[in-house]
Amino acid sequence: MVKIEFEVNGRQRSGDVESRLTLADYLREVCGLTGTHLGCEHGVCGACTVLLDGEAVRSCLLFAVQAEGSSVTTIEGLSNPGELSHIQEAFRAHHGLQCGFCTPGFIVTAHALLSKNPSPTDEEILDGLSGNLCRCTGYQGIVHAVRSVAVQEPSSSVGEER
Amino acid sequence: MSRFVGQSVQRREDPRFLTGQGTYVDDVQLKGMLHAAFLRSDVARGRLVSVNAERAKAHPGVVAVFLSGDINPGALEMRISSAAGSDMPGPPLRPLADSDVRFVGEPIAVVVAENRYLAEDAVDLLEVEYEPQSPLLDDLSAIAEEGVELVHPELGSNVAATMAVPNNDAKELLQSLPYSVSLELSQQRQTHVPMECRGIVVDWLAADNRIEVYASTQNPHEFRLQTAQLLGLPENSVRIISNDVGGGFGQKVYLSRDEMCIILASRLVQSPIKWTEDRRENLLGSNSARRDDILVSMAADDDGRIQAAGLQHFEECGAFPEMGTGGAGVAVAMYFPGPYRVPIVDWSTTSVWSNTVGRQAYRGPWVAETYARERVVDELATQMGMDPLEFRRRNVIQSEDLPHQHPTGPVLTDVSCSQTLEQAAEIIGYDSFRAEQEEARKSGRYKGLGLSLYVEPSAFGFGALGIEAATVRVLPNGTVNVTLGTGNHGQGLETTMAQVVADELGLDFDDVVVRDGDTDSSPYGAGTIGSRSAVIAANAAVNASQEVRLKVLQIAAEMLEASVDDLTIEDSKVRVVGVPDRGVTIREVARTAHNSPEALPSGLPPGLEATARFQAPPVTYSNACHACLLEVDTTTGIVNIERYVVSEDCGNMINPMVVEGQIAGGVAQGIGGALLENMVYDTDGNPLATSFLDYLLPTAADVPDIEYGHIVTESAVPGGYKGMAEGGAIGAPAAVANGVADALRPFGVKIRDLPLTPSYILGLLEPELLDR
Repeated sequence: MVKIEFEVNGRQRSGDVESRLTLADYLREVCGLTGTHLGCEHGVCGACTVLLDGEAVRSCLLFAVQAEGSSVTTIEGLSNPGELSHIQEAFRAHHGLQCGFCTPGFIVTAHALLSKNPSPTDEEILDGLSGNLCRCTGYQGIVHAVRSVAVQEPSSSVGEER
Repeated sequence: MSRFVGQSVQRREDPRFLTGQGTYVDDVQLKGMLHAAFLRSDVARGRLVSVNAERAKAHPGVVAVFLSGDINPGALEMRISSAAGSDMPGPPLRPLADSDVRFVGEPIAVVVAENRYLAEDAVDLLEVEYEPQSPLLDDLSAIAEEGVELVHPELGSNVAATMAVPNNDAKELLQSLPYSVSLELSQQRQTHVPMECRGIVVDWLAADNRIEVYASTQNPHEFRLQTAQLLGLPENSVRIISNDVGGGFGQKVYLSRDEMCIILASRLVQSPIKWTEDRRENLLGSNSARRDDILVSMAADDDGRIQAAGLQHFEECGAFPEMGTGGAGVAVAMYFPGPYRVPIVDWSTTSVWSNTVGRQAYRGPWVAETYARERVVDELATQMGMDPLEFRRRNVIQSEDLPHQHPTGPVLTDVSCSQTLEQAAEIIGYDSFRAEQEEARKSGRYKGLGLSLYVEPSAFGFGALGIEAATVRVLPNGTVNVTLGTGNHGQGLETTMAQVVADELGLDFDDVVVRDGDTDSSPYGAGTIGSRSAVIAANAAVNASQEVRLKVLQIAAEMLEASVDDLTIEDSKVRVVGVPDRGVTIREVARTAHNSPEALPSGLPPGLEATARFQAPPVTYSNACHACLLEVDTTTGIVNIERYVVSEDCGNMINPMVVEGQIAGGVAQGIGGALLENMVYDTDGNPLATSFLDYLLPTAADVPDIEYGHIVTESAVPGGYKGMAEGGAIGAPAAVANGVADALRPFGVKIRDLPLTPSYILGLLEPELLDR
């Protein structure tokens, strides 16, 4: 067992974990933050994407102990309860989700993409989203949603990071 | 009158998905819950000599290791029940492999442990001895012959099903007519890949002799029926709770053998157990789809009118398919003529067992018919020197041809094949394309335009599949709960069905909440499969709403001292026609119905709710035309889709946004099948695509912006709806393949196989490259 301490969605977490426990399982099983989904557990599908100190990472490929001392933001931390961020609103308006399973990973990825580059070109959007898999939407609504947020708010920050 | 139906209402279910508040099966935690993992066969075919579980059992945290001798005797009935009839032919089923194994991935043992990590550790400690035998694979016509070794010795043949309707006139015309083409085609194995793998949480309530199962299913009531049959429990002792489901595409229609094993294991340990399939298991152990070999022929007269066709079809079913053979053979033949007038067809179809994972219906299970037909139509047009669009115009079914009966059986009535062809051609700019193509070729760029027309059978009306149920309850405060027998898993039924009910009852959309998936509280239904919910469930909801509406009017008539015939419901109020200030709210009516029985018209029972069903006609056809404009890079072999148009006719749309979402998802899967996805087995029967690095799904960069056109021809069901959810995946493979064939026509290459990967295309262009 290894002692860990880090921040999840603004709240300090500490405890003893097995060194092989993945960050995804820690978030889901220990923190009860089940919005982070596991779609492949080998780093391809992106459903488990979270922010680690602001960077989009695959929580299935990280051990919980690797988050030591850092700040993790999950899908649950990207909007206030009962509210939707601009990105989440745009996904809804453009039908960028159907079954919803890949959605948290896409929202977190889009958030990281637009935080770094608030007005991406179409090519940058496709490139930025191509590390996440969706089987329902054909990506139409997802790409349109990100495009709409990028065009609407070329300079300000998007989604309220807490 | 309709305020919500026909509108792109934003989805009710979205906020919880967008914020990570959905509840998928792996999110369920129960007190004292144990975790399961499977040992799966590494051998495609062979004797299972021994399994030594001693070291696994001794591993810390391991509660039990179950082999076939423990699990299998508990399984009283494994066949599916209502939808297709339990007497349909099928393989000899077993929960765990017993004395032999029949495909790589077949479950051999279940380990139950305190957590999943420990369970997987213990799986690695199991020692298995096999005596491998040569698997039966790949060459479908060879496997089907008599005298070869058998996948299932119990059955005496590798032919799972076969049917032929020979037509000598067709055979003769295919030989004698001046224009006649024959193509050998194959469709590769693909798989559904719901982003949420399978999973199950089983809770035994021993004191009640009752079981509650949290499931990821498209079909909760069938799941209950199968669970009850498996265990010999009365159906009302089984509760299935299917909350949010992360996609299915056909893979989650029935209770699978892996899930049966977990149910049986849970009874043995008398504790709740969770099993969550990982992606590797999903790719090697969950049933997959497609895999067809086709010999298709077509002949036309001098005017380019189709005179005869032939279709010899083989399909691979794997070892333990779901629902009988898991195949679509006869449907492939029946729907083969599709959107065209084809006077005679000579056809046969043969389904064979093999030592691979089982076959299972996947979005448009009979897609081989559209692929074969649209490919041969293009090649026949080319042989005649006629443009494929012109050839289609001469043969496509026109409105004045309706009703039209195909020689293979189907009778088409409310379709618009010719209109969708013209609309798609117009949107994509077909008229100007040939000149652009010619110009591009001069500079060494190879553009192609592929068309694909199809007619999609939806909402089959046989057996339980033809019926759906809805309960509409108006609560004392005037809001409404609707429960359905469906299995919503991304289709937006919480939204679209609320649109339908709100319109029928004159209520606001926000006053109607729709739920399904809990078998204790929802009426029996056949799930969300086969493009049936909009046609059948919506009309069940309409029927129940109309019963409720009548009662609302009867109560209001008493309250207003008016005649029912003089009342209307609008904006949640019942009003007397022509007297705008005389009215009562639905809320007042509901309160009266529930709380003031003395104020009700005499003879009218209290309460305000109804359960009703709708029985569908035998089949409801939608139709569409796809047009795909692409460029093939002849240096790299890469296909770049530049534009993609779908013109479709699904009758009246309840929610156009949802309809277009269904088209887009299907098209992406079809593009994946045409260009990327390939579930390959090696000659030893090992699946080679067991990760997303090998099984390539389309990404955002692979799917172009899809352009839509809508034609509306109402179907015969009330509301005029037609199912359309599978069509995207049916039309796309042929549209893409025809586009590639069109682009590469100057090279005279023959496309036989899918997917059209860069290496395959380079191999067509420079066959000698393949030998290097």
